[in-house]
Amino acid sequence: MANNAAEHARQSIRCTHCGLAVPAGLVVDGAAEQFCCNGCRTVYQMIRGCGLEQYYRLREAADADAAPARTTHRVYREFDDPTFADLYVQTLPDGTRSTELYLEGVHCAACVWLVEKLPRVVPGVIDARLDYRQSLVRIRWDDSHTKLSRIARTLDTLGYPPHPAKDARTRDLRTREDRRFLILIGVAAACAGNVMTLAFALYGGWFSGIEAEYSRLFRWVSMAIGVVSLAWPGSVFFRGALAAIRTRTAHLDLPIALALLAGGVAGTVNTIAGRGEIYFDSLTMLVFLLLVGRWFQRRQQRYATDAVEMLFSLTPSTARVVCDGAVREAPIEAVREGDLVEVRAGESVPVDGAVEAGTSWIDQSLLTGESRPVEVHAGQIVHAGTLNTASTIRVRVAATGARTRVGRLAALVEASSRSRAPIVQFADRVGAWFVPAALALAAATFARWLSAGAGGATEHAVAMLIVTCPCALGLATPLIFTIAIGRAARRGILIKGATALEVLARRGTLLLDKTGTITSGEITLVRWAGDESVKPMVAAIESQSSHPIARAFVRALGYPGERTDSAAGPDPPDGRADRRDRPNPGPDDAERTNVRVEQITGAGISASIDGMRVRIGSPAFVRAGGAAMPPDLEREEQAIIAAALTPVLIARDDRVVAVAGLGDSLRPDARAATGLLSTLGWRLGLLSGDHPAIAAAIGRQLGLAATAVHGGIMPEAKLAHVHAARRAGRVVMVGDGVNDAAALAAADVGIAVHGGAEAALAAADIYLSRPGLAPLAALVRSARRVMRTIYVTLGVSLGYNLTAAALAFAGLINPILAAILMPLSSLTVLGLAIGRRTFGDE
Amino acid sequence: MSIVYVLLPVALLLAIAGVIAFIWSVRQGQYDDLDTPALRVLHEDADAATARESDRE
Repeated sequence: MANNAAEHARQSIRCTHCGLAVPAGLVVDGAAEQFCCNGCRTVYQMIRGCGLEQYYRLREAADADAAPARTTHRVYREFDDPTFADLYVQTLPDGTRSTELYLEGVHCAACVWLVEKLPRVVPGVIDARLDYRQSLVRIRWDDSHTKLSRIARTLDTLGYPPHPAKDARTRDLRTREDRRFLILIGVAAACAGNVMTLAFALYGGWFSGIEAEYSRLFRWVSMAIGVVSLAWPGSVFFRGALAAIRTRTAHLDLPIALALLAGGVAGTVNTIAGRGEIYFDSLTMLVFLLLVGRWFQRRQQRYATDAVEMLFSLTPSTARVVCDGAVREAPIEAVREGDLVEVRAGESVPVDGAVEAGTSWIDQSLLTGESRPVEVHAGQIVHAGTLNTASTIRVRVAATGARTRVGRLAALVEASSRSRAPIVQFADRVGAWFVPAALALAAATFARWLSAGAGGATEHAVAMLIVTCPCALGLATPLIFTIAIGRAARRGILIKGATALEVLARRGTLLLDKTGTITSGEITLVRWAGDESVKPMVAAIESQSSHPIARAFVRALGYPGERTDSAAGPDPPDGRADRRDRPNPGPDDAERTNVRVEQITGAGISASIDGMRVRIGSPAFVRAGGAAMPPDLEREEQAIIAAALTPVLIARDDRVVAVAGLGDSLRPDARAATGLLSTLGWRLGLLSGDHPAIAAAIGRQLGLAATAVHGGIMPEAKLAHVHAARRAGRVVMVGDGVNDAAALAAADVGIAVHGGAEAALAAADIYLSRPGLAPLAALVRSARRVMRTIYVTLGVSLGYNLTAAALAFAGLINPILAAILMPLSSLTVLGLAIGRRTFGDE
Repeated sequence: MSIVYVLLPVALLLAIAGVIAFIWSVRQGQYDDLDTPALRVLHEDADAATARESDRE
């Protein structure tokens, strides 16, 4: 095909909004702005209309990834319903209303700016504040000025379809818990700071002498503050230790509580008795540092739970139930299996079920990522969360709430997020072993110093207990994970939980989804066999469709009406593929006045030109139309399949006249990435819904073993494969979420690749926002580095503990030394965490 | 009488005042979202440019 130059020039037309290539059929001649889809055009016009073009500059500055706009053109009528208001809207004392909405499509800093400009776009909106992490926007508006449905429609037009944020009560509870924890940290910090200041005075006294009355004053005040610190923020550890004892599980709280208790009691006794050392400075610092470590851990676990809530937000909370001919609105909890619900155009389907009456088109992009609506008629299944775009349908309920596909997905995600990261469990196990070790060492120290007197022996034993407290251990792991996750986020890798990194650092099975992950997802015409003269006709017919295969044909064969050098089809190589020279299809070509084209979804195109019947499509579709296949073309068809291309037959009247081979080309970095992953010890597998022969050919190109390649896989089978692979070890699944969201959730680590469905983004543990497989290889390498850093840090902190224990045994520990050693170990851990290049500069 | 007997309580009172202020700000929700404010840093320039553009019209 000698049309590279022209194709290149054509492909350089980029959508003004999202920057992706504009399909040939949608290019408007002479227009300064071009758009790849209606959604992008709508959003762009809205942004222009409100004078918010800075959005594009911001997006560049934030180095964010652009994706085609998500607009659904829903009407959001139910947002104005009183029942909706009862559930989701609060009325503030000044008469304005406030609500929280979950927004789809918020993936960059520029989105925050755009959404928060809502008051400028919709008069009546007083304030809009977006929480980027949770994709939740809190809107305050004047209801007499504008209705919530209008606000919702505007957000949708901007590219952020809104949903009511459910479970406000759970979120409130969690927010209050988080705030309580922060307050504990604040109090612990205040206590530690003040006790430290007092301790400095006492240290000074150690060296140059201090009057007894001041020494007494400072010791008593230290004790008072120390007791506050131990009783209030410190109670977290005591409660944890008690729970661990009661349930006989290992937990890091045990040695911590032991140290705090021993030091606290000894310090109190010594202060009252007026003799001996006090260690409140070290104790309060311990409480503070360990609480901070715990806070990091909680935040990470929070991110995973947020994702589950997003999934629940995506389905409606009310449904229109048909009862004895009358339609009434009911909360989703009241809907039972077997009920009949009515779904109007522009509404989301509230349940899983079969269509009983009506025909319509359903936008399933939420679940599958496919934005092209799918036609449904009686007997076909629809899922909760999808959008009914065309006309009213009635659905017999098969599942509601947690039993719907979305609900089950959410349950999967929740289950996997509840399990703690193995490395954290490792720290807990170490902690349990610490307790007998510390007690043994303390007993040994006591015995060793007993000869010098019981008082002195107790002192040294207590000192031993305090310095063997695993402070750095409790701090290291959460700190390193948090820093690594933050770094990864800046490079476009969004990681939801530490478990993912831990799994990625070891070996296991890596399952790759084919389309869009390994391949570019863009189909091109690679081979043509048969009658060349039909090419203009094919181009003319395919230009009526926006299916990726149709676009591939038009790209390769030229535009209908364009007079190139004869039926050979390709565009002149002198780069004359200027937009202005391309006429629009239709009016100026007399010979195509009687063209009727009918698209059959998933199969092909059936057309009638001046009475001649033409079928272009999959072999099954064309053969079903009764076309005879000449043997040489049949051989070509086999050859095309063997070459890992998709065969498309072109039949005129009753004969197949040509066979085209279309291919989804491999991503340039795929081979290198798979090679690297194999070297690192991963068992690679390929799962594809495509024809097995095509999958096999791609597998060969990647150097995979034939047994590892599976073609013709249905979405349910992908899930089964993941379960089967899990029996052999850890499984990582990489996919773009189209139809494999459940598999992503079921794998030990699910990685969603650029361009996935919203539901998949919630189900996956990691999201690679930059296209290509190179980020995957980088991710695996970085995961190893993170784990190595953790092990090194754990080793260093243990080293500190051992050194301190040795010093304590020798009786050399005093409050000054203890107060120096502990922050020193923590600072070393911090230094290692920040200094080592985890998600480094590659 | 040593000044320390004045300084110490004053220092403690200051500390307590600080803690109370912190507790107040946490209850106000100022610490609920620590990620988005980092992104809002970029907004100043965009706001200024938008204002300039609309003035020109």
